[in-house]
Amino acid sequence: MFKSWLFFIFCSILALFLAALLVQGAVTSGPVVASLPDGKAKQQLVSRLRLTDLSLCSEARYTRHPSQADLFSAFQDYPGSFEHFPTGSIILPQLEGFNNQLRIVRQGEN
Amino acid sequence: MRRLLKILDFTLSSLLKRKYKNFALIAVYAFTIAVLGSVLFLTQALKYEATGSLETAPDIVVQRIFAGRHDLIPVNYAETIRRLPGVKSVSSRVWGYYYDSLIKANLTFLASGSDRQTLDLLEGRLPLADDECSIGMGIQSAFGPAIGDSLALEDSAGATKTFQVVGLFRAESNLLTNDLVIFQEQTLRAFFNIDSSLATDLIVEVYNPRETKTLAKKIKYHLADTRPITRDEILHTYETLFNWRSGMMLAVATGALIAFCILAWDKATGLSAEEKREIGILKALGWETADVLTVKLWEGLVISLTSLLIGLIGAWVHVFVFGAPALTPLLKGWSVLYPDFAYTALIDIYQVFVLAMLTVGPYIACTLIPAWKTAVTDPDLVMRG
Repeated sequence: MFKSWLFFIFCSILALFLAALLVQGAVTSGPVVASLPDGKAKQQLVSRLRLTDLSLCSEARYTRHPSQADLFSAFQDYPGSFEHFPTGSIILPQLEGFNNQLRIVRQGEN
Repeated sequence: MRRLLKILDFTLSSLLKRKYKNFALIAVYAFTIAVLGSVLFLTQALKYEATGSLETAPDIVVQRIFAGRHDLIPVNYAETIRRLPGVKSVSSRVWGYYYDSLIKANLTFLASGSDRQTLDLLEGRLPLADDECSIGMGIQSAFGPAIGDSLALEDSAGATKTFQVVGLFRAESNLLTNDLVIFQEQTLRAFFNIDSSLATDLIVEVYNPRETKTLAKKIKYHLADTRPITRDEILHTYETLFNWRSGMMLAVATGALIAFCILAWDKATGLSAEEKREIGILKALGWETADVLTVKLWEGLVISLTSLLIGLIGAWVHVFVFGAPALTPLLKGWSVLYPDFAYTALIDIYQVFVLAMLTVGPYIACTLIPAWKTAVTDPDLVMRG
């Protein structure tokens, strides 16, 4: 049974290594960032400069400020035009805050 | 237990007999898991970073929508909002974009608020005079100015203006400040030629966070051409941006899943002649169908467990040690300024568990089903092929 023990030892080493990596960062809630190094400083920065977005993808305005962009910003030329920015396949404009609805009024209705 | 270990021993010997095929299988399997795991770890790290840092974002941002697009908002809208019960303060914010045609980079220009206190992540200070600015690390890397140097920028009238760099955001804040240039409000207004009666948007602070949503509705009711965006909506944007259904996940996962399906399909469509003969001999020697299935179960477990562990460790190293070099071009797109930052190794165990279930489960099923079909057949027939 030498091979089985060898396999178990191999798997245990990998599993322990993985567990050590996961435990190092295995905390599953948002506020944790504040307890990390620079977490408080980042929150101070966001609060003082009144920032709303991450400076992650700076090629198009709706990927630079996904939470602030309007719907048509993804369609630079006209509504419904093809998206041409590569990060547009990753970051879509958000629908938050738009609640206008087109309504059909039939003849004779108010 | 002893019997199970002996069967495992037999399984390992059987796998080693076809070692090149099985090592290749483990390599492909581990690679697929590493690709999926990398996307998972990267998106999770970005999500934690965004939701954690942006917890102190403004309570409500009020934009004006004109002809379906974001437009400058009249500052006097602040008076209407200020009169609503529950509103603590309303201030205007001025910001905009600046495209540099030389290095083809988009910069974000932002006016600093009235707060003049120093920031922990800022080396130097915020601008105090009309000809001063503070810059992010991305701009420093792209153009090379140090504190004391000046930025020469072309304003909306085409005139060149110089601004002395008095502050440089530290690298730790890159994810938030990489492409930022901070000016005084009146300086930025003059630069973009924004009238003092207008602002880019309004920032509303409320006394009771539970009233934020109601206040946002009231703002929309009183000022119909506005779009109030609450902090919860900002956080929700980043929650949904990097979830299972995100474009990033889809872009990478589709290819990986198709590759894995081909692998699983190949396994499920049948055993090789050698494998069938082996099962036939075992049955002829007196092995029960259950024993044969145990061997195949062990086989599936050995391959999938090894691949899963190697794949997950590979993904962790790829994202948190090397900074996800294979995925960064996806996020970068055509951006010239991309923040250079270390991902925080925060992992959602639930997602790791889901990934394990989605890959290990189907693989074991694919190994067991054809083996069971062969094991229930007469050994003589199996050996004759």
